[in-house]
Amino acid sequence: MVRAFQVHPSDNVATLLDDAPAGPVTVSGAESPLVLTLLRPVAMAHKIALRPVAEGSPVIKYGVQIGIATRPIQAGEWVHLHNCRSALDERSSTLDVESGAVTDMPYE
Amino acid sequence: MSEPVWEGYLRADGRLGVRNVVLVLYTVECASHVALEIARGEPDANVIGFPGCYDNAYAIRLMLALARHPNVGAVLAVGLGCEYTQPARIAERVRESGRPAEWFYIQEQGGTVASIEVGKRIVRQLRERIRAETPRASMRLKDLVVGAECGGSDGTSGLAGNPVVGRFFDRLVDAGGTAVFEETVEMIGLRDIMTARAATPEAAHQIGAAYDKAERYCRAVRQYSVAPGNFAGGLTTIEEKSMGAFAKGGSRPIQGVIRVAQRPPRPGLWLLDTVPDEHFMGFGYTNPNDTEGLMDLISAGAQILLFITGRGSVTGAPLAPVIKITGNTQTYERMKDDMDFNAGRVLSGELTLDEAARELESLVVRVASGEPSRPEALGHREYFIMYKHQDTPPLEVGCRA
Repeated sequence: MVRAFQVHPSDNVATLLDDAPAGPVTVSGAESPLVLTLLRPVAMAHKIALRPVAEGSPVIKYGVQIGIATRPIQAGEWVHLHNCRSALDERSSTLDVESGAVTDMPYE
Repeated sequence: MSEPVWEGYLRADGRLGVRNVVLVLYTVECASHVALEIARGEPDANVIGFPGCYDNAYAIRLMLALARHPNVGAVLAVGLGCEYTQPARIAERVRESGRPAEWFYIQEQGGTVASIEVGKRIVRQLRERIRAETPRASMRLKDLVVGAECGGSDGTSGLAGNPVVGRFFDRLVDAGGTAVFEETVEMIGLRDIMTARAATPEAAHQIGAAYDKAERYCRAVRQYSVAPGNFAGGLTTIEEKSMGAFAKGGSRPIQGVIRVAQRPPRPGLWLLDTVPDEHFMGFGYTNPNDTEGLMDLISAGAQILLFITGRGSVTGAPLAPVIKITGNTQTYERMKDDMDFNAGRVLSGELTLDEAARELESLVVRVASGEPSRPEALGHREYFIMYKHQDTPPLEVGCRA
């Protein structure tokens, strides 16, 4: 089965160790193993939510806040630029969610 | 297990190198083509240079630190003839360190063709001389300064690549060696976690000040050290990338903060501040690229560099071998020619962190003994030296009222 890793017990996200199709994922790491259902395919090294995260609440990894949810996030959902923002860096929210490519620079 | 011992190069100042390089250094961009042509095809010849015509104290300190680096045996400085930066003064300082050094101006040699010819002759003489004259001496881990930097990070970097390097740094420090890590602009949001690692109250103050400057810098230049490839690789924010980047610092106390071209005053773990100081041009230029970070780590005296990359950076460096580590097994398989070490085996359960750190240590020892690292074997010698201001005199200095 596809694997994900939770770094710290207080984390509400885990990192995928394999490329994952939609379906079950085994989460190991800080807590006793947990099986989540992934809602869509997600690439290796990306994050998935371990439990629901309310809009405006911290996204936690390594036991620290790494971002803020910009809309409600369900358990098993991909967590990335489309639903999580930095508390510091504004520009990152403008990047393409799949490729990370820049969208705000004129090439004229 | 017995402690690894290998043969290094003993310099007149007592420092030990793991390579014996002839450095060709140019003092303005106009001299760069001639310098690169001089070094082309010459074994053990590396090039660095500064593009500006107007000189810069930071860049001169950085070039002098590189020219007197323990892996450097001799130096040829090449100038055009109009610029502020003085190749003669550089050669003089290098000679004072006990190394042979020569210099010339392209204008005085009679142009491109004559300069390349004379330059090649000088490089060959210098190489023969340092090969014949440099004494060899035993080296151990305690004699190493190892620098670490990450670039092209992804979601595996903070889980495997950087933690393996951190665990190796713990071993190096415990063996009496010196470990240097940088990228305070990639420790954003971690002030308390960083200062808690300080060895002394003074070190905590230095770390706090370096952190505060890095945060002001990022706000002022409106640039955080996170790039499209990082996002494509699963990192969502600078805060997330920062926690992963900080993991390469291992777990030992941080002795203090050094600045570009400063050597750690004693062994142990040190944080390198590469961020410009605020001055009359604000912060000046933005944090440019990984290559500059590698230059800065070499300027701290690092004989070997560890570069952690999830996405797969191919960059290398002059003077010091770069060992390329990835925590991403897909990247390792896709770019095998460029990668020295697959830390992704920790994520697959093949190795523990400790086993990976021990294996990395034996790779570091092999490279220190002369085995080329992958970027070294592929000919990567990228360099980057630019205008920057650290410890610049105040605004009133240098202009008539």
